Amino acid sequence: MLGKLLVRFLKSKWALIIAIIVFQTGQSIAALWLPTLNADIIDDGVVVGDIAYIWSTGGIMLLISLAQVICSVIAVYFGARLAMGFGRDLRASLFNKVVSYSQQEIGQFGAPSLITRNTNDVQQVQMLVQMTATMMISAPIMATGGVIMAIRQDVGLSWLMAVAMPLLLIVVAAIAIRLVPSFTKMQKRIDRVNQVLREQLSGIRVVRAFVREREEKTRFFKASGDVMEMGVVTGNLMALMFPVVMLVMNVSTVAIIWFGGFQVDSGDAQIGTLFAFLSYMMQILMSVMMATFMFIMIPRAAVSAKRIGEALETEPSVTSPAKPVALPATTSGKIEFENVSFTYPGAEDAVLHNLTFTVNPGETTAIIGSTGSGKTTLIGLVPRLFDATEGRVLIDGVDARDYDPNDLWQRIGLIPQRAFLFSGTVASNLRYGGENATDEDLWRALKIAQAEDFVKQMPGELDAEISQGGTNVSGGQRQRLSIARALVKDPEILIFDDSFSALDLRTDAALRAAINKKLPHTTRLVVAQRVSTIQNADQIIVLEHGRIVGVGKHEDLLETNETYREIVESQLSAEEAA
Amino acid sequence: MSESKSNQPNPPQRGHRGPGAMMQGPAEKAQNFLPSVKRLLKNFRNEVKSLITVLILGIVSVALSVTGPKILGEGTNIIFAGFMSNQVPPGMTKQDVIDMLIAQGNLDQAEMLKAMDFVPGEGIDFQRLGIVILTVLTIYLVSALAGWLQARILNVVIQRSMHQMRLEVEDKIHRLPLSYFDKVQRGELLSRVTNDVDNIGQTMQQSMSQVLASLLTVIGVLGMMFWISPLLAVIALVTIPLTLVITVIIAKRSQKLFAAQWKATGVLNARVEETFSGHSIVKVFGHQKEVEANFETENEEVYRASFGAQFLSGIIMPAMMFVGNLVYVAIAVVGGIQVAGGLMSIGDVQAFIQYSRQFTQPLSQLGSMANLLQSGVASAERVFELLDEPDESSDPDNPAKVSENASKLAFEDVSFRYEADKPLIESLNLEVNPGSTVAIVGPTGAGKTTLVNLVMRFYDVTSGKITLDGTDIREMSRDDLRSRTGMVLQDTWLFAGTIRENIAYGRPDATEEEIVAAATAAYVDRFVHALPDGYDTMLDDEATNLSAGERQLVTIARAFLADPRILILDEATSSVDTRTELLIQRAMVRLREDRTSFVIAHRLSTIRDADTIVVMESGSIVEQGNHEELLGNKGAYFNLYNAQFEAPIEDETPTETISIPTV
Repeated sequence: MLGKLLVRFLKSKWALIIAIIVFQTGQSIAALWLPTLNADIIDDGVVVGDIAYIWSTGGIMLLISLAQVICSVIAVYFGARLAMGFGRDLRASLFNKVVSYSQQEIGQFGAPSLITRNTNDVQQVQMLVQMTATMMISAPIMATGGVIMAIRQDVGLSWLMAVAMPLLLIVVAAIAIRLVPSFTKMQKRIDRVNQVLREQLSGIRVVRAFVREREEKTRFFKASGDVMEMGVVTGNLMALMFPVVMLVMNVSTVAIIWFGGFQVDSGDAQIGTLFAFLSYMMQILMSVMMATFMFIMIPRAAVSAKRIGEALETEPSVTSPAKPVALPATTSGKIEFENVSFTYPGAEDAVLHNLTFTVNPGETTAIIGSTGSGKTTLIGLVPRLFDATEGRVLIDGVDARDYDPNDLWQRIGLIPQRAFLFSGTVASNLRYGGENATDEDLWRALKIAQAEDFVKQMPGELDAEISQGGTNVSGGQRQRLSIARALVKDPEILIFDDSFSALDLRTDAALRAAINKKLPHTTRLVVAQRVSTIQNADQIIVLEHGRIVGVGKHEDLLETNETYREIVESQLSAEEAA
Repeated sequence: MSESKSNQPNPPQRGHRGPGAMMQGPAEKAQNFLPSVKRLLKNFRNEVKSLITVLILGIVSVALSVTGPKILGEGTNIIFAGFMSNQVPPGMTKQDVIDMLIAQGNLDQAEMLKAMDFVPGEGIDFQRLGIVILTVLTIYLVSALAGWLQARILNVVIQRSMHQMRLEVEDKIHRLPLSYFDKVQRGELLSRVTNDVDNIGQTMQQSMSQVLASLLTVIGVLGMMFWISPLLAVIALVTIPLTLVITVIIAKRSQKLFAAQWKATGVLNARVEETFSGHSIVKVFGHQKEVEANFETENEEVYRASFGAQFLSGIIMPAMMFVGNLVYVAIAVVGGIQVAGGLMSIGDVQAFIQYSRQFTQPLSQLGSMANLLQSGVASAERVFELLDEPDESSDPDNPAKVSENASKLAFEDVSFRYEADKPLIESLNLEVNPGSTVAIVGPTGAGKTTLVNLVMRFYDVTSGKITLDGTDIREMSRDDLRSRTGMVLQDTWLFAGTIRENIAYGRPDATEEEIVAAATAAYVDRFVHALPDGYDTMLDDEATNLSAGERQLVTIARAFLADPRILILDEATSSVDTRTELLIQRAMVRLREDRTSFVIAHRLSTIRDADTIVVMESGSIVEQGNHEELLGNKGAYFNLYNAQFEAPIEDETPTETISIPTV
């Protein structure tokens, strides 16, 4: 997957890649040239005593240094453009993909996981590209160039390279291979420490109420001790790395001097070339080391790439029709379910079984049932957060799947279970429902949603800041703002997914009354837990295990439907329910 | 080295920090660098012996590795001398050769040979070379060994100290007053105790070993360079200001860009988070296009900023390399001339070149270390801030003894305020008889939870007192008070462990029978058997393998097992399905038997049988009595009670509202 991803997103950047290779090669050639010139200074300058030659060769070395730095800077420039551009494109295409998902795919991955994929995982792969552009490309050029130059010096010591290079490779790789899993283990243990801390902080009241400070300390001591233990293991491996690498390099140097001595003695090599050989050896070994370190990054990036690839290759299950049906001239907001079943992909059992019912315009239909009975899935079928796997959902007589989704959404106000607000202001959140809404429109919606009072008390009123996710307002306030947002849209169909749970009884009642009064023509589909919220609905649908087990009004159901009665009795005493 | 910028009050201490002082980034600046570093180092007070060993080993390792090139240079000299001896006609003495050269007018070469130790025609003296090679090999080996040992010991010391620091932070959590946790954001606090402590550990690990090694190497190399050739050493020293100027200029700019990069990335990540979390809203409200357009702009901004930052910071390496090459060329030329003039041996030049290479690298390393250190010290300061928070008031020295079965609670003229000018509870009087149930009702923000906080002594009353069997609870130890009091909160906190461990939380020594009995009483036993591992089922972090209602039942079982005399129940409302809810209510009723209980009620039907119902509004009790009495009063309770069944109280004429009674 990593390779596939790289090919896909780097294809269009071939010119940049070529430029990087060219300039990195140039940089490497310059770097490799310097030791040769230094050898010339010794052999043809120092030994012969030709000071003019020393000066002129020194000048050439300076020029080459300059060329090298220029090549390097240009290569870094293109490398940064390549890596950051790659990250940008990958991020954008993943983001747009996820935005195109339906609720089904979001549920499949989970929003937090998708967020990580779009941020951290992209970052990981981007880092690999960046490191490759700056180091990986130059390392093999440097190593190959070094080998060629060293052999050209022809001091009869090339066999030393054949020993030192693999030796370093093996040593570094042997340590690195042990390091990677111990890093993973270390991270797991750190996660555990953080988990215990997180638990202690979020459960601080419980910890204190049950007088468990001492046990918590023991638990933490163990978690932290585990980190220390692993830290010692990991740290000891790291402690080995540097001395060992230095030792290999130093011993290579010593070996060159010793064996080089024989070559010089027999006249096979000159002193200067010996120096040059030494420099090349060092450059080669450095490159080998860098390349080895690079390879440590690959497994991590590959994991990230796999996660990104999975998301990129998932196609949204809800798509726009090729030829959308135009909206009927008069729309009323009538909803019909015709033999609707829904099964999550890969699941054995259907969540919804063969549902048929009609929601009349301007009426309230309530859906009640225990957790897992399929209520949220059911209402998600109306705005096409999901598509029915069997049967059809008709809106004003047309299959919901035949509308242009934007036309469909235009007509539906959704108030989800978890009230979600965007960062910005109260007004910017409300205008999510309609960009052109006037301040009066917003206040009207707030009033119906029972949010007028607290918004008036917020600093700046409509312009009051809302932090990301709406964390700076209470749960109940968040829910009311979320309702107001849907009302601003002035939709034909309102869908409440258990949207009253965080409201106290009085606010709940006032809100219901206001909606009934101000929006009498809106079709309302309500999922609720509290019987009191729905007992006056025009139609109550009792759902159990994805099947309709009862339809009717409160009083009828109370008499005829056992499931409904059970639910009611759990909440109201018999006398109140009657 | 600190002329240009760091002329702060105490230059002597700053001196040793080298170029580091110049690299302070704008992004994460420590407030009081030196005091904080000192305090951080205090963590190592128990490790003085180990640290001295580390220092000695470090010095040995660096000193040996620094002498290596110089001695190896002798080897080169031997080879060179042997090489020259092969160049001259055999049979001549050294003096003959020199005289010959002078006669030829080749004065420079004559000088060079004069300084050289060779016997013409002898060739290379391999015996002497062998000794040099063996010496160097030994030196390198010992140096590597010392370096390895040093790193190992240092690692253990750091790991131990970080462990200690983590324990200290965790210990502090249990000593802080609860008001602290309500005051600060949980995420922010969590980041302090996790990310910041992690960051300190990493900084310590990376900086302590590297700073030491780099510093020692710079000193050692500098010494060797001056020993070999003061002239060349001065040339090499020119690199220091050059290196500094380059890194400072680049680092300053790149830090600005890095800050911009993080900012842009933060904005972008927030966008991603928000869009994915509110995905259904984005879709149904038709904001897909807009969101994509916003993302594109922000993504482009991230690209621009990060490209700049990466490019500029990427330049540092080539720039340093260029400086290194300048020195290399200068040494090659000047050294070459010196050798040719007999002022220096060729081996020394070679050694010098090696030294100059070793010299620039630790310099730039120290530079980058300074950044790391800054961020680490900034983290340390945040952690210290936490550690310096005042502790909870301590328990009385001689805590009052209250009988085991005490369960009569009384509020006597209790007032409480979080902030001085915002009264939350005002002169509240309430008497709770042993075994009776008090239900507290009222709108959100009426002070219901505050009452619980006071009973548990999470907070202490501002005035008045709460008594248990006549004893002010402030005169008891907190542990004593709390172990008599059980609590089931709406926020069902479970920790990552098995269901058994979670139930036994209040009494770790409970027997299996007791646990099962508590679980059965709380209806936990029924669903536990449906789980794959029964009581040994691991609850994950967010306990997602149990439904909200089942989690609530586990917390009730926990309270059952703890068997307290006083009970505080906060009724759950949202996201529990109706059947589980029924079980929860039954379990709570059972739990309340024979205990003095406070119930924070959200649904009036459940508290009709309470002995006393307390209606609270904005901090004070507005009504008090049992269900029938309160209904008869036709006051606040009456209104609340009716509100839940009817579509009521709108500001306008009620007639209209009747048409379609409910949503």
